[in-house]
Amino acid sequence: MTTAPTPVPAPAAADPSGGPGAVAAGSPAPPPAPRVRRLRGGSWLAALPLLAFFAIGFGLPAIAIVTGAFTLSSDAETGAGSFSTANVTDSVQGAYWTALLSSVKLSALTALIGTVVGLPLAQAVVTSRFRAVREAVLTASGVLANFGGLPLAFAFVATLGNAGEITKLFHLTDHGWTLYGFTGLSIAYLYFLVPLMVLTITPALDGLRTQWREAAANNRATALQYWRHVALPILLPSLLGGYVLLFGSAFAAYATAAAMVGATVPLISRSIADALSGNVLVGQGNLALALSLDMIVVAVLVMAVYLPLQRRSARWLS
Amino acid sequence: MAQLTQRLGGGRRPRLWRGAVLLVAGLYFLVPMAASVWFSVDNRSGGVQFDAYTGLLSAPGFTDALVLTLELAAVTVVVLLALLVPALIAARLGTARMRSVLEVVCTLPLVVPPVAFTAGVIGVLRWGPDHLMDTPFFQTIVFIQQPEFPLVLVIAYVLMSLPLAYRALDSGLRAVDVRTLVEAARSCGASWPRAVVTVVLPNLRGALLNAAFLTLALVLGEFTAASILGYQPFAVWVYSVGNSQGQMSVAVSVLSLLITWVLLLLLAAAGRERRPAPAQS
Repeated sequence: MTTAPTPVPAPAAADPSGGPGAVAAGSPAPPPAPRVRRLRGGSWLAALPLLAFFAIGFGLPAIAIVTGAFTLSSDAETGAGSFSTANVTDSVQGAYWTALLSSVKLSALTALIGTVVGLPLAQAVVTSRFRAVREAVLTASGVLANFGGLPLAFAFVATLGNAGEITKLFHLTDHGWTLYGFTGLSIAYLYFLVPLMVLTITPALDGLRTQWREAAANNRATALQYWRHVALPILLPSLLGGYVLLFGSAFAAYATAAAMVGATVPLISRSIADALSGNVLVGQGNLALALSLDMIVVAVLVMAVYLPLQRRSARWLS
Repeated sequence: MAQLTQRLGGGRRPRLWRGAVLLVAGLYFLVPMAASVWFSVDNRSGGVQFDAYTGLLSAPGFTDALVLTLELAAVTVVVLLALLVPALIAARLGTARMRSVLEVVCTLPLVVPPVAFTAGVIGVLRWGPDHLMDTPFFQTIVFIQQPEFPLVLVIAYVLMSLPLAYRALDSGLRAVDVRTLVEAARSCGASWPRAVVTVVLPNLRGALLNAAFLTLALVLGEFTAASILGYQPFAVWVYSVGNSQGQMSVAVSVLSLLITWVLLLLLAAAGRERRPAPAQS
């Protein structure tokens, strides 16, 4: 495995200093060395504004979360501002723990469905003989993957809510249907998760070479065997990476749930928002920060899976 | 070989399967759109009315919220590109270490969900009255929170769209040999800024538009940070309307979807114009 040919991008190889030599006609041109040095120093200089902005805009809130999560709130009766693990302990107990579990469950389930549904859809698009189908589906995916938040919630309320058009058309409420629960929220989430999966997995499917399929067929492999032993193993990192991405999006979503189901499905993002708007007990102002820390820990764990996978799939599907 | 390829490519079964998948997906994705459009014009007695759309302009707070959102979006796009583009171009010319530093920096915001990030921002803003009362930092904190133009939202939006914009720009830069372009321009006597502005940036048109579009879409629809921090840009306004006038909020959803479509189609058209032969993706 370690000797697998890593495709080297051609431009990097075609870099040797043909350029400077060719221009050395005029004045005694400066040797390449100082040019390179100036380039390096300058390159960090050009990135400085971004790094400074990041350090302030992202670093300070991150510090606030960590320090706040481990100190007693300023409105606590005793010991305000002192070190304490009370917030963090509270944030993984009782209703908050339920909310965290419910968030994880919802994200894991919708990401799984999104992956399982997105893969055949992407494959149908990639192998389609009609270019228009491909263009249309990919453009639509680009739009719908960004169609989260409030508009999505309102669109689903208009479709499947209690007064929604489809609900009325098929009298779904008589059959016990309600949008304002776990199932309804999952269906709404899939509306942006499936397109996200299609967008994520399409490049990987494009990277599956026809030769591999032909080679498998020459060895008398059936389509099923080809998928089981060739395509899926190659796609696995991309698929898992996509799953993780979907999980992250579903986990971080707030507006859709806030507008659609209110408090019927407990979610960690809603708990944080409630805690921030003061709907918690006195002395627990920093609880929101502790909950945020929990959320970040879950997201970090998820990302820790994602990044290596992405690198691995990039090796095969360059 | 020809026989094999025929058997692989021309089977009848896969085509049926493909059609079924596309049909089911099409239904799932089109029905809510159609239902929303119908919902927004349904007058509850079988007829059609456009009150929800015509009433928008005169609805209280609509223009204020829309203008604020558009201003926020414009400033966010400008700030984001101004920060990111020089850094990424420089990273292409610079060391591999710098590229990986930027990659980490631009990916990190993904790990912090918007709600959690907003909580952190509120934590920082609380430092103002708590600890910094007598320092100039306090003025800064007050300044970035002014309700007419909350700069704190711009900061949040720039960071939230950083991963998206980074990916769009990075894939654009990958397709262009920046080093050769810059060296060629420099050998022809162009100054650094000129080499970047007149040679590199035109090659990144598609990527720049893509990044700008993604950022725009994010800011137009952003609800979490704005609502928790207590400002009222468009999405928050829509939410408050949704509580009283359901039809109007659905109308706005339909419109926002339409606007996103139009933006994306414009983007695709603009990206295609200059690149007749798409050699690389």
